[in-house]
Amino acid sequence: MTRLELQSATELGRKIAAREISSRETTQYFLDRVEALNSRIFALNLVDGQRALELSDNIDKRLQAGESLSPLAGVPMAIKDVLCTRGIATTCGSRILNGFVPPYDATAVEKLLSAGLVPIGKSNMDEFAMGGSTENSAYGVTRNPWNLACTPGGSSGGAAAAVAAGLAPISIGTDTGGSVRQPAALCGVCGMKPTYGRISRYGLVAFASSLDQIGPLAHRVEDIASTLQILAGYDQRDSTSLNEPVPEYCKQLDAPIKGLRVGVIREHLEHESLDPEVRAAVERAQLLLEDMGVTMVDVHLPHTKYSVPAYYLIAPCEASSNLARYEGTHYGFRSSAAPQADSPLESMMVNSRSEGFGNEVKRRIMLGTFALSAGYYDAYYKKALRVRRLIAQDYRSAFDKVDVVLGPTTPTPAFKLGEKLDDPVQMYLCDLFTVGANLAGLPGISLPAGQDETGLPLAVQLQAPALDEVQLLNVAYQLQTAGLFQQQVAELS
Amino acid sequence: MHLTTRDVKKVASLAKLAFSESELAHLTQQLGDIVHFVEQLAEVDTDGILEMTHPLDIHSALRADQVNACLPRKDALANSPNSDGEFFLVPPVLGK
Repeated sequence: MTRLELQSATELGRKIAAREISSRETTQYFLDRVEALNSRIFALNLVDGQRALELSDNIDKRLQAGESLSPLAGVPMAIKDVLCTRGIATTCGSRILNGFVPPYDATAVEKLLSAGLVPIGKSNMDEFAMGGSTENSAYGVTRNPWNLACTPGGSSGGAAAAVAAGLAPISIGTDTGGSVRQPAALCGVCGMKPTYGRISRYGLVAFASSLDQIGPLAHRVEDIASTLQILAGYDQRDSTSLNEPVPEYCKQLDAPIKGLRVGVIREHLEHESLDPEVRAAVERAQLLLEDMGVTMVDVHLPHTKYSVPAYYLIAPCEASSNLARYEGTHYGFRSSAAPQADSPLESMMVNSRSEGFGNEVKRRIMLGTFALSAGYYDAYYKKALRVRRLIAQDYRSAFDKVDVVLGPTTPTPAFKLGEKLDDPVQMYLCDLFTVGANLAGLPGISLPAGQDETGLPLAVQLQAPALDEVQLLNVAYQLQTAGLFQQQVAELS
Repeated sequence: MHLTTRDVKKVASLAKLAFSESELAHLTQQLGDIVHFVEQLAEVDTDGILEMTHPLDIHSALRADQVNACLPRKDALANSPNSDGEFFLVPPVLGK
């Protein structure tokens, strides 16, 4: 049988639409791979095969009846376990949401379902999307399909590993400080964070509301563009979603990029933490762009050094507020410890939170609570918000000179499981090249760029001005066509 | 600043979290490292710079004041750890 995992989602969608293969066969094929391989990497923490097959049968029936559906109709996908799925458990990788079954679908999920995509399961993640290694899940650690001793990155580690191992052609992640792009980079797949507000956050369990954004992961740029097409758009239920026209993301993919100006971020390329092989990958991308007639320009983001510290104040502050809702009352886990006689309600809440949250989540709630508390608010939270503006201004100045910027996604290829788990600051520094786009609200995409000498994936990152996803995807697609990377699936056998 | 165990205990009570003594010692050290790390921001001259709370220019989103369908009570209570079919049930607010 044809190896469907080696085909792009776009190609699978085309074959399903042309009825060369049915959605059911395709879904069954990927479910069989999940059955055989998921236990090795734990990319998916919930699989719902029966429902997936029912959905595919429905798509096949509609196609048979001559209905014209979206280009990805019938294609299986995985959904990060932070997006609410009606009737299907949603845990956010946390014990505190154990048993929570959302009564509604996130807008993104609703849109994917109505475009005919077929969810096969939920992907594992760092608890509440806090982490860069998918080791902070209450349900188990996800492993990198390219090397099982390494992390897949995080927090959308399950999403990236699922695509890399050929368990699903598309997965949906979320990116608050790099949580789509970083695992995509470490697993050798494409992963995009669109402009803040481009995709509705309704039904996305909030971590840091001014930074969170949903984004797709897949093998090829055209798959990313088609998925974004489905997800993008205004939603009355999310007051921060952008009420701006949605362009056609697939139309300009192969437009010539001759004459375009692409900036190389010097502070990123020359950073002391940058692995030489990652740097070489960025330089390869640079040469490919030059060959296509692009003018390369050096650009500077002078506040790069401060982006991680600013992020690790702003995100925990927002998290400490958002996660106040988990107190064992309305849904999820409630501690069974006997409440204290002098304050029964409060002690039930304290016990539920203390038993329900994992270490990293507690650290961030503590950090955020500290930075927002009386006496520290100005020195920490407000200061970070001012630096955030300077970081956004750096990008604005860069985009006065260039159309798109190029740099690394991560300082190094995938690191070993356990390596940074007890050293939060080292873990946070992995986000150095990705948090800027979140702070400034800009779109970014991570593209595979070959492998290092040990066989681990390398990656580069492109970023663009707000709402310029068309240009971003165009440059990304041209780099893919010029041979920056081939679609690859990790062999787990 | 130098974070002490006492500071961390106070923050824990604000955050409605409880830690054992050994957790507290480890957490004080880790939070201390993180606070020290983020204090680099003090080097940046931010005089006259406005705080940026949000990446977009946020406008209040208004809609017509109409009654819309909302979550049925049965569904809203379905995930509750304890309810009587009408209300969420919790231990008493005031103790003895």
